[in-house]
Amino acid sequence: MSEPAELAARLIEAAEKGAGIEALTTTAGLFDVATAYQVQDAVVADRVARGLPVVGAKLGLTSVAKQRQMKVDEPLYGWLTGDMAIDVGQPLRCSRFIQPRCEPEIAFLLRADLEGRHIMASQVLAATAAVYPAIDVLDSRFAGYSFTHPDVVADNASGAGFVLGGQATDPAGLDLRLTGVVLEKNGELVATAAGAAVLGHPAASVAWLVRALATRGRGLHAGQVVLSGALTEAVPVSPGDVIVARFDRLGTIEVACR
Amino acid sequence: MTVMSDPAVAELGEALYAARRSGVPIEPLTDSYADMSVTDAYRVQSALVARLLADGDRVVGYKLGLTSGPMQRLLGIDIPDFAPVLASHVHPDGAEVRAGAFIHPKAEAEIALVLSDDLAGPDCTALDVARAVAGATAAIEIVDSRISGWRIKLADTIADLASSGAIVLGSAVVPVAGFDLRLTGMVFSLDGEVIATGAGAAALGSPLHATAWLVRTLARLGESLRAGQFVMTGALQGAIDIAPGQRFRAEFDRLGPVSMRIA
Repeated sequence: MSEPAELAARLIEAAEKGAGIEALTTTAGLFDVATAYQVQDAVVADRVARGLPVVGAKLGLTSVAKQRQMKVDEPLYGWLTGDMAIDVGQPLRCSRFIQPRCEPEIAFLLRADLEGRHIMASQVLAATAAVYPAIDVLDSRFAGYSFTHPDVVADNASGAGFVLGGQATDPAGLDLRLTGVVLEKNGELVATAAGAAVLGHPAASVAWLVRALATRGRGLHAGQVVLSGALTEAVPVSPGDVIVARFDRLGTIEVACR
Repeated sequence: MTVMSDPAVAELGEALYAARRSGVPIEPLTDSYADMSVTDAYRVQSALVARLLADGDRVVGYKLGLTSGPMQRLLGIDIPDFAPVLASHVHPDGAEVRAGAFIHPKAEAEIALVLSDDLAGPDCTALDVARAVAGATAAIEIVDSRISGWRIKLADTIADLASSGAIVLGSAVVPVAGFDLRLTGMVFSLDGEVIATGAGAAALGSPLHATAWLVRTLARLGESLRAGQFVMTGALQGAIDIAPGQRFRAEFDRLGPVSMRIA
């Protein structure tokens, strides 16, 4: 097996060249999930070294169906860096990506630090300044999204971009479990879901992340954004597409692809 | 496409009636009548309903079927289907339903609309529906097919009461003014575990639009919806297989939960 830094270099190069590569577990030998997170750390450290700060985190594999598909029984996470943020109303420039896909999520903006091995959903909600409708823009650095669980962890959970809606909502008094979402592409209904699609409750998903980070002596910080996991399947996008996600109680988010 | 004779229609209605009563499925009607039209399929459905009404049952509402994009693509169609709901098929919230009463049942979570006014006419819109509903109710439909192995084509399911089996209605009728039923979230649980989620738009884009389609379609047949009747507006997720001992619960934002136990 190759060193984490060397594996990270392959992912960084793939992103820079805009060309998907074969799965690392295929070309560089098998590695475990712990090693995969070391590769991810190296990928993120490279961005930070280039002046792109960590602005939050995201979760993946938060649905039981996806976990079964990948033959794992827990979610995974990655980090959001400043270059990934697409401001509300700005277009998604497909040329920046290899094979972009969009998925609707509920995002949490934290007003307090969150760390600890025993954090629960209720504490996540107490530490949340506002929730937002969000679009997570995926872009696997692996050709055709063909990867194993350690590969996608190493690839920073396929994270590539994110858009937060323009409307902030206080989560107090909301039951995000039941919050409905309708995803449309070019005016056509693609999928519907409710908040419980991510680990039973979006805040439970964030709580899992905090506990997972705690095992590595880390945590989340006030001001960071957490994308709590995909509510529906991801839809591939190309220039000209318009993606709209309508959330009950949280508002609508629209992304035009150029 | 040849029009089926009255005796042929009556014979198929009788065969579906017998399959419902015996629990023994029959071969697809379209095996014998390959080019059965939608019109003829509804004639068979009417013959079946007449037979069930003759046993003392009555029509208390309607159900819509094939309201989702995936189901319509599966059958190669672009419109839903419908059937009357009979009083004996409706169960209260929390009911225990016998799996043995069905052939190969599946569960679907749906939004039901309860009418406060009559609804009729070939130009009915979602707005007309919004004005005529007392409110919405959480509901579960047990779909079942009297056709062996669910090997249905469009005409088969139409004739077979749109594959309806039974309906469990929630306890509350919630007025729909002030919120958008398209966005109303639903969480479907089996034995306490989330197995699917969805939102109202999964039913033909909107439960109100789905019901307006039903009213317009009934108008062409000289029929209409009556105050007090309800409409099952279509599944919000893929149907789930049912087995004895299971407990299903569908919880809707704003509408509350509905549950059933399978005996």
